[in-house]
Amino acid sequence: MSPARLDVRNLRKSFGPTDVLADVSLSVQPGEFVSILGPSGAGKSTILQLLTGATTPDAGKMLLDGQPLKPAQHRFAFMPQGDALMPWRRIIDNTTLGLEIQGVSRQAARAKVAPLFGEFGLAGFENHYPAQLSGGMRQRAALLRTVVQQRPMLLLDEPFGALDALTRTQMQRWLADMWTCQRWTVLLITHDVREAVLLSDRIYVLSARPANVAHQFQVPLEHPRQCVGSPALAAIEAEILLTLLNPED
Amino acid sequence: MSNAAMPGLLARLFRHAGPAVASVSTLILGWEAYVQLSGISSTALPAPSRIIAQGFEQRQALVRHSLATLQATTFGFASSLTAAFVFSVLIDFFRPLRRALFPVFIITQTLPLIAIAPLVVLWFGFGLTPKVVLVALVTFFPMLVALAQGYEATDRNIAALLASMGASRWRIFVMARLPSALPYFFAGLRISVTYAVVGAIFAEYAGAARGLGIYILNAKKNFRPDLVLAAVLVSATLTLLLFGATLLLQRAAMPWARLTEARP
Repeated sequence: MSPARLDVRNLRKSFGPTDVLADVSLSVQPGEFVSILGPSGAGKSTILQLLTGATTPDAGKMLLDGQPLKPAQHRFAFMPQGDALMPWRRIIDNTTLGLEIQGVSRQAARAKVAPLFGEFGLAGFENHYPAQLSGGMRQRAALLRTVVQQRPMLLLDEPFGALDALTRTQMQRWLADMWTCQRWTVLLITHDVREAVLLSDRIYVLSARPANVAHQFQVPLEHPRQCVGSPALAAIEAEILLTLLNPED
Repeated sequence: MSNAAMPGLLARLFRHAGPAVASVSTLILGWEAYVQLSGISSTALPAPSRIIAQGFEQRQALVRHSLATLQATTFGFASSLTAAFVFSVLIDFFRPLRRALFPVFIITQTLPLIAIAPLVVLWFGFGLTPKVVLVALVTFFPMLVALAQGYEATDRNIAALLASMGASRWRIFVMARLPSALPYFFAGLRISVTYAVVGAIFAEYAGAARGLGIYILNAKKNFRPDLVLAAVLVSATLTLLLFGATLLLQRAAMPWARLTEARP
């Protein structure tokens, strides 16, 4: 059996006297969409900080395609909370950011990104500044910036958390459709149960701090899923919500 | 700028500047009326009309002295900007340096200009150097603080994003921290540029071959308050022009800042 794309074992991390992660193990297969759900402050974002190398674990292993992750390897395409678009860069120059840092010339990077603007619903907005775009468009631009880096795996940190409810639902449907075509390997951090159920193949539910994996759920439904009013999705959503609301059971 | 934008711009300018123009002209008209009606001596309180007429008569001398002041202001300001930028970068990269240097910088701000100016003239003579030193002294710290604060205002998520992409610390500084500091930089610039002119005039007042400061001193000694005020008018105009220049510079450097949430 080929190794998992991402294999995280017994990760432990504390910041000073605060134990954030007690013992977190999880894995993501190639082409799989996996979500991490958890109460606020459970250390969801800390897991991404450890993966991106922003901080180092106190204990535990992180393997990518069977190889230990070394610091300064930058193997993930990371999308931080909010959209983190640079207000001073035009949309096209925001989306080429990762390629530019990889050393691709600005011209080549633009040529690579430009054809994707239509697919991401951003055609005609290449030369706009982020302040001129709606919240949903900004998130699509941020996602475009993430995927064009062509890393083996995407890490999305609450990508739609700042959007209004209607835009968020639209963006979730759009991402579900995009993912069905592209089959990226994704690790999504969210506190939105419906979002996790709609998008994921598997869902890890974290306990309160210090975090460990309290539950794991499979979502054995074909993609793309009917996003409104599906009884199967609603049943899984209800089950997860109950475990989150009654953590001691 | 397109021609179509001009009337809109003028209308906006009028809407913004209208109240200020009204209040200033009321003040000047009241002053003029008081001098004319009370018959007060022009050596005690010259009328605005006399200030302008005498200033115009003395225009050659005023221009010559203004240019000297402008030169000292720009040289001093340019050197303090350069120094503030260099130190802000050093402080941003080496934190202990901040704790070592900030007390020294703060002490320079506590020095009373009135005591320091004659000393600086004593050390550097009546030429350009003492003026440049004084202008730099009064503008350096505000600019340094503005820059240091601006770097700190960088969105954490943007910095984290760049780090995840493999950007070096220097690259993150250039791509994220520096542009994030621009609004703070320009806010500091607007304040400092007004200090700069005052600093230059103060240095000249303490002793100089040329400059508005020495012109004011001489006019005062000759009991010519009209010429003192004419020079004050010129220096105020100079400051306002420099202030306006920083606004234009900011518009040019930060085209995105004028975009409100004008969504499609």
